[in-house]
Amino acid sequence: MSREEIFERLNLVFRDVFDDDSLTVGESTTAEDIDDWDSLHHISLLAAIEDEFDIEFSMGQTVKMKNVGEMVDYIAGEL
Amino acid sequence: MEQLQYPFESKTLLRKKIKLKKELLSSGNSWVEKRIAVLGGSTTNEIVDQLELFLLHYGIKPVFYQSEYAQYWQDAMFGNEQLDTFKPDIIYIHTNWRNITNFPTTANTVAEVDAMLEAEFSHFSVMWDKLEERFGCPVIQDNFDRPGWRLLGNSDISDYRGKTNFISRLNQKLYQYSQTHNGFYVNDVDYLAASFGLDAWSNPLFWHMYKYSLCLEGVPYLTKSVADIIKSIYGKNKKVLVCDLDNTLWGGVVGDDGVEGIQVGPEVPMGQIYSEFQKYIKELKSIGVLLAVNSKNDEENAIAGLNHPDGILRPDDFIVIKANWENKDRNMREIASELNLGIDSFVFADDNPTEREIMIQSGFGVAVPVMDKVENYLRVIDRNGFFEVTSLSADDLSREKMYKANAQRTQLEQSLGNYEDFLKSLNMKATIRCFEPIYYQRIAQLTNKSNQFNLTTLRCSEGDITRMQESPNYLCLYGKLEDKFGDNGVVSVVSGEIIGQELHMRLWLMSCRVLKRGVEDAMLDTLVADAKEAGIQSIIGYYYPTAKNHMVEEFYGRMGFEKIASDEEKNTTWKLDVNTYESKNPKIEINR
Repeated sequence: MSREEIFERLNLVFRDVFDDDSLTVGESTTAEDIDDWDSLHHISLLAAIEDEFDIEFSMGQTVKMKNVGEMVDYIAGEL
Repeated sequence: MEQLQYPFESKTLLRKKIKLKKELLSSGNSWVEKRIAVLGGSTTNEIVDQLELFLLHYGIKPVFYQSEYAQYWQDAMFGNEQLDTFKPDIIYIHTNWRNITNFPTTANTVAEVDAMLEAEFSHFSVMWDKLEERFGCPVIQDNFDRPGWRLLGNSDISDYRGKTNFISRLNQKLYQYSQTHNGFYVNDVDYLAASFGLDAWSNPLFWHMYKYSLCLEGVPYLTKSVADIIKSIYGKNKKVLVCDLDNTLWGGVVGDDGVEGIQVGPEVPMGQIYSEFQKYIKELKSIGVLLAVNSKNDEENAIAGLNHPDGILRPDDFIVIKANWENKDRNMREIASELNLGIDSFVFADDNPTEREIMIQSGFGVAVPVMDKVENYLRVIDRNGFFEVTSLSADDLSREKMYKANAQRTQLEQSLGNYEDFLKSLNMKATIRCFEPIYYQRIAQLTNKSNQFNLTTLRCSEGDITRMQESPNYLCLYGKLEDKFGDNGVVSVVSGEIIGQELHMRLWLMSCRVLKRGVEDAMLDTLVADAKEAGIQSIIGYYYPTAKNHMVEEFYGRMGFEKIASDEEKNTTWKLDVNTYESKNPKIEINR
């Protein structure tokens, strides 16, 4: 799966979780950029990403990712 | 909403919860608002979000209070201004095995473990007692799930020093408490975890990362279960299971295969599955569920199929049998009108997806579970919680008999032709008295279940009913009706608040199964007599319209009240002077 395809599917997840169809995330998007992205939504988001890509985040991993770009790096590595 | 019926897609509910909530809120339902305090021993945010979806699905619009992280005990024991002003209608205590303070070790003696068990139980029971005293509202308590490991292996469950043994003993004490305290309900998390799969349910990652007591995917199962209890408390259970016949209650088509050709009974696996399903349905009767048939069949064949020698359900297990070639939505409407029950209290079990779709599209609000494989039928009906038992009143247990007696009354009415003669021939006797403790449960149940003949739609818990009766400022009456066909049980409830020389009616309702029998006349005659005795000059009645109580919009007018106020929402206020009231003297012997 190319990086573009991962972003495309990731956008679908973000749109569902934050219920905002206009949402588009990029390499440098962080929680600061999305109003509702708090720790509670973060849990739902990770669960939805795991489901979408059929991967599992390890315990350490979830705290390490600093932006969406790093999230995509991790997903790409798992696929 | 179909997404919220069992079997549901947990992951979708988690991912699309915001959108689903919006859809539910814009569905044009009428809502009852309930204030729900969630007191957690772990994180409760997702639990509240998912519980909201399931409650909205049941027509309950929740307002939530959430305790601060793991503060369930402090909130309950020491009070909390925010919780006090919140005034919960329901309290849900979400605790798990990690909230147990002390577990036995291999160093403990039997006596020490017994003492430990007592101490642990009282940690919880003093809290429940305190909540009862402080709020007097229903409490839902999770039982304890099992940890994901067993230090003593298989002995962990049987040895007094095992954690699982200790937990199971603690749970037993919790169940005893629930059996001796009205308004205390157990949410069976232990079962939910087992049916979900304990390894996944208890995935420690969710505890250590987020302090959730279970995995996220388990949350919808947990909250559906809590929502089932809540909607049952508020009288929103389904009442009637309407069954198709061919390939639903037996394998094959009786019209084509003949009675000897259909599959039910112990001979073959397929027959056994249908037998088990029939047995379950028959058992539903024992918890007050009414059964009916809605099948495309010649009636003769349908009856023959139900008389199959190895069958378990028999024609007289069903209150109504519609076996004809009419459309099933039409049959459904007729069943509802014959039973005088809201069609939205029906569940429709049919193996045919087209028939199910038509029923959904009819917009009646009939619950239509997905009956896709015969081996899943029983579980799909059971797990949906349509008939969740929170109390079993004497009324629930004899409901079928009452509806059968009603059918006999209808026959008599038709044979006599004259309605007055019919009423006289019934030999009706009413008991009309102030609320008595043995009926508190039934009275509370009626305030929650009655929608049509209900002037104020004030929903009351048993605690509310007790308080009304015990207050010197209330005048309360229940009405119980018997006739030659049987006992209808408690069918009417009125309660008014005395303010000065006026009696303000807070409750006036009646079960629709005794419509047009004169019970309302008997209630008013008695109420006026009691009011006069209490020095009251006038009775003030209120009508608050809902989507369902149109039938009583002009009730007070018909009873001789004068309309004194109305507002834009069509709320109306009525007044009756007790001194000029003329008794209505219905054809009912009144026993005080």
